[in-house]
Amino acid sequence: MPDPILTLQGLNAFYGDFQALYGIDLEVAEGEVLAIIGANGAGKTTLMRSISSLTQNRPEMVRYRGEDIGALRADEVAARGIALVPEGRQLFPSLSVEENLIIGGQIGRKGAWSLPAIYKLFPILEERRHQQSTSLSGGQQQMVAIGRALMANPDLILFDEISLGLAPIIIKDIYAALPGIIGEGMSALIVEQDITKALAVSSRFYCLQEGRVSLEGTSATIAREDISRAYFGVA
Amino acid sequence: MEWVNAIVQGTLLGGLYALFAAGLSLIFGVMRLVNIAHGDLIVLGAYLGLSVTTVLGLNPLLALIVVVPIMAAFGYVLQRGILNQTLGKDILPPLLVTFGLSVIIQNALLESYSADPQKLNAGALETASVAVGSLSMGLLPLLTFGIAIAVIAALQWTFYRTALGRAFRATSDNQEIAQLMGLNRRHIFGLAMALALSVTAIAGIMLGIRTSFDPSIGGGRLIFGFEAVIIGGLGNLWGTLVGGVILGVAQAIGAKIDPGWQLLAGHIAFLVILALRPNGLFPRING
Amino acid sequence: MNLSNLHVTRTSRAAKAAAVVGALILIVLIAAPWWAGRADMRLMGELFLYLALASLWNLMAGYAGLVSVGQQAYVGFGGYMLFALTIFGGIYPLGAIALAGVLGALVAVPVALLIFRLRGAYFAIGTWVIAEVFRLSFAQVSALGGGSGSSLPVGIVKSLAASRSGREHLSYWLALGSTVIVIAAVYLLLRSRNGLALTAIRDNELAAGSLGIDIWRTKFVVYVVTAALTTMIGALIFLQKLRISPDAAFSVNDWTAFVIFIVVIGGIGTIEGPIIGTLIFFVLRETLADLGTIYLLVLGVVAIVIMLKAPNGIWGLIRGRFDIELFPLSFRVKTTHPSKKG
Ligand SMILES: Nc1ncnc2c1ncn2[C@@H]1O[C@H](COP(=O)(O)OP(=O)(O)OP(=O)(O)O)[C@@H](O)[C@H]1O
Ligand SMILES: [Mg+2]
Repeated sequence: MPDPILTLQGLNAFYGDFQALYGIDLEVAEGEVLAIIGANGAGKTTLMRSISSLTQNRPEMVRYRGEDIGALRADEVAARGIALVPEGRQLFPSLSVEENLIIGGQIGRKGAWSLPAIYKLFPILEERRHQQSTSLSGGQQQMVAIGRALMANPDLILFDEISLGLAPIIIKDIYAALPGIIGEGMSALIVEQDITKALAVSSRFYCLQEGRVSLEGTSATIAREDISRAYFGVA
Repeated sequence: MEWVNAIVQGTLLGGLYALFAAGLSLIFGVMRLVNIAHGDLIVLGAYLGLSVTTVLGLNPLLALIVVVPIMAAFGYVLQRGILNQTLGKDILPPLLVTFGLSVIIQNALLESYSADPQKLNAGALETASVAVGSLSMGLLPLLTFGIAIAVIAALQWTFYRTALGRAFRATSDNQEIAQLMGLNRRHIFGLAMALALSVTAIAGIMLGIRTSFDPSIGGGRLIFGFEAVIIGGLGNLWGTLVGGVILGVAQAIGAKIDPGWQLLAGHIAFLVILALRPNGLFPRING
Repeated sequence: MNLSNLHVTRTSRAAKAAAVVGALILIVLIAAPWWAGRADMRLMGELFLYLALASLWNLMAGYAGLVSVGQQAYVGFGGYMLFALTIFGGIYPLGAIALAGVLGALVAVPVALLIFRLRGAYFAIGTWVIAEVFRLSFAQVSALGGGSGSSLPVGIVKSLAASRSGREHLSYWLALGSTVIVIAAVYLLLRSRNGLALTAIRDNELAAGSLGIDIWRTKFVVYVVTAALTTMIGALIFLQKLRISPDAAFSVNDWTAFVIFIVVIGGIGTIEGPIIGTLIFFVLRETLADLGTIYLLVLGVVAIVIMLKAPNGIWGLIRGRFDIELFPLSFRVKTTHPSKKG
């Protein structure tokens, strides 16, 4: 296995007194696509937030390219090349479609992704570029959210339930576009409720259950029963 | 004719109130902070203008070149050093901390400049006037009004046409996600306060040229600015100009009826608008 | 452990001790005319009135989330009503104070309807506008001396008590009594159903709303009650001062800034906070007042530092260390000894 780009060591996360993650150990290799699956409330979003430093960690809990980044601010983590497509899209309502994309590139990292490249990937966004982002359909908003993250030219991109609330046909489109997106040598963590989709695009997976890793393995070879056991915690 | 004159003078006075209001509106727009010390910062701007004009012998308008950067730097430091620590869900800390700041500024000014009223001397500009038909308009009020328009246009442009403005709007929309775009919100807020205090410096100097001032008048200036913001509609920069003008005209009409009614008439206009249009005349549509 | 050994209670040993000590202190204070000098009594009277104002402001800001920087509106209104009712209405001063409270409540109703349209911090500045309107309006009333103000006629002052010392004792007891009444009222209000609603609102306004608590109504009641009591305190303050002018009556520094400092320093959102804050404030004032503006500067700095470093004030620090509550409001779970079980 190539060098890991990201290593989590005993990652804990809290909301006030409530502990949402317990000692997560996880590795993402350079160029690898990893799936994170788990039931509602398992802690998937919390994991994404911890990696992005939106929640406070201890420095050594998150290691990225040989650097302890757990205690950095979220903007410092972003500047190092980790981008998040957040759950529920979370576009900036006061910004137009194009401004949402431009602000994604504000970090100024060099790479393949630029405004024209995004418009080539999602042509509809170019047509709607001066519209307010909130006036788009859910699927189009998701494209903006993905484009916004790509504009940072990240080395590691985190997708949190990009299919949430979208029609199956749109989900299909987005997943069809994913290999083209990730193909450029990026590493990716994909959180997804739809296990089949998640396993299809990933090489390995981790399953979370009540804040702990209940199973990890190779996406192609895992047995369905093992997953449902790890997923729901039933024997 | 006298009434027309009163309305024209009131309108021009509204320019000054819009300058009071613009900084307040900007800060609220970016970080939902209501700065109780805003009026005292305006007065601080006037006093800095006084020191610069006496030490360097400059015209107060030229003193802006010195005072604006000083106030901007002060704003940035203030925001990063103190005010950023107060921002959160609870409205109490920012309110009480800026209230404490207001008392500090007021008494620091008293300590260094005494309670004697002061004025900035802009020479011939103060008495010059232009005649339009039978109306005579003072050059200074006209200039103030023009500056107010220019300042608001510049703020509007910054907000909607520049990377900084984009960062302001994004941070205002969603601080967490803005951080993910590599924006350090503490720095962004510092810049917003720096910009707001630049405008405040301009407001302070125009105030100081127009009337005499002393350390205690900050509260009143905060109230005028606040009324202009609410009348115009929260978050609407051009609205603050309209709000300032309405306030100025109401005061001028009140003063025409009875000099003791000037301020009261302005407050009453504000309360009437609050009763009829609680969101102001031109509320911004999106949140 | 057996669950039936547990019971929920509000009282604690510290609270019971505090009640006893409090009662003793109260008796000593009532007896002050027999042991304290004239100047000390004046100072204590002033202290009690500040304590009452601070407790009322704390009820609004610390419990109902209504941060006002305009309570001077009611202090001044109370003062002016005392003067107007006694001079023009010929009403005995104590009756005038009570009537002023009623009028304060009546005025507060339309004011609340108007400024409750402003949210959060803008509400605060709205209250200040109201206070300005009051100040400017009373400055227009020439019968009450207009902008320069007026004095309470000697006849009215004498009607309180014939001798000077008699008047001084009476006004001391009035100040003490009003503080006791205000603190008791706040305490009882917080222990009532309304109090639970208030605490719920303070802790989480959204959740309180979804529990079916009428937030608007609760806040409205607090605002009006506070206004009425503040008006009465205002009348008392100017019964002591015997002179009133718009600038003194509606001073934001005297009746709001100091009060806010007291509450912030003592600890906002607790009954004990204003008491501690008032004591500290008066100690600071009596020792540093000669410094003039520097003293106010220091006060501002102290308030900011406390707000940033210890937002629950001095009482918060004490409570955090010893877990005590002198005015028992929160419920505690206690174990009873099995022997005592009925
Ligand atoms: N802001 C919060 N405050 C308190 N608890 C939270 C908060 N956000 C999440 N939690 C709790 O943390 C746990 C993990 O939540 P998280 O959002 O990470 O789950 P998830 O796996 O992303 O679920 P979903 O599939 O529904 O998105 C849950 O028990 C949730 O209730
Ligand atoms: Mg989630």
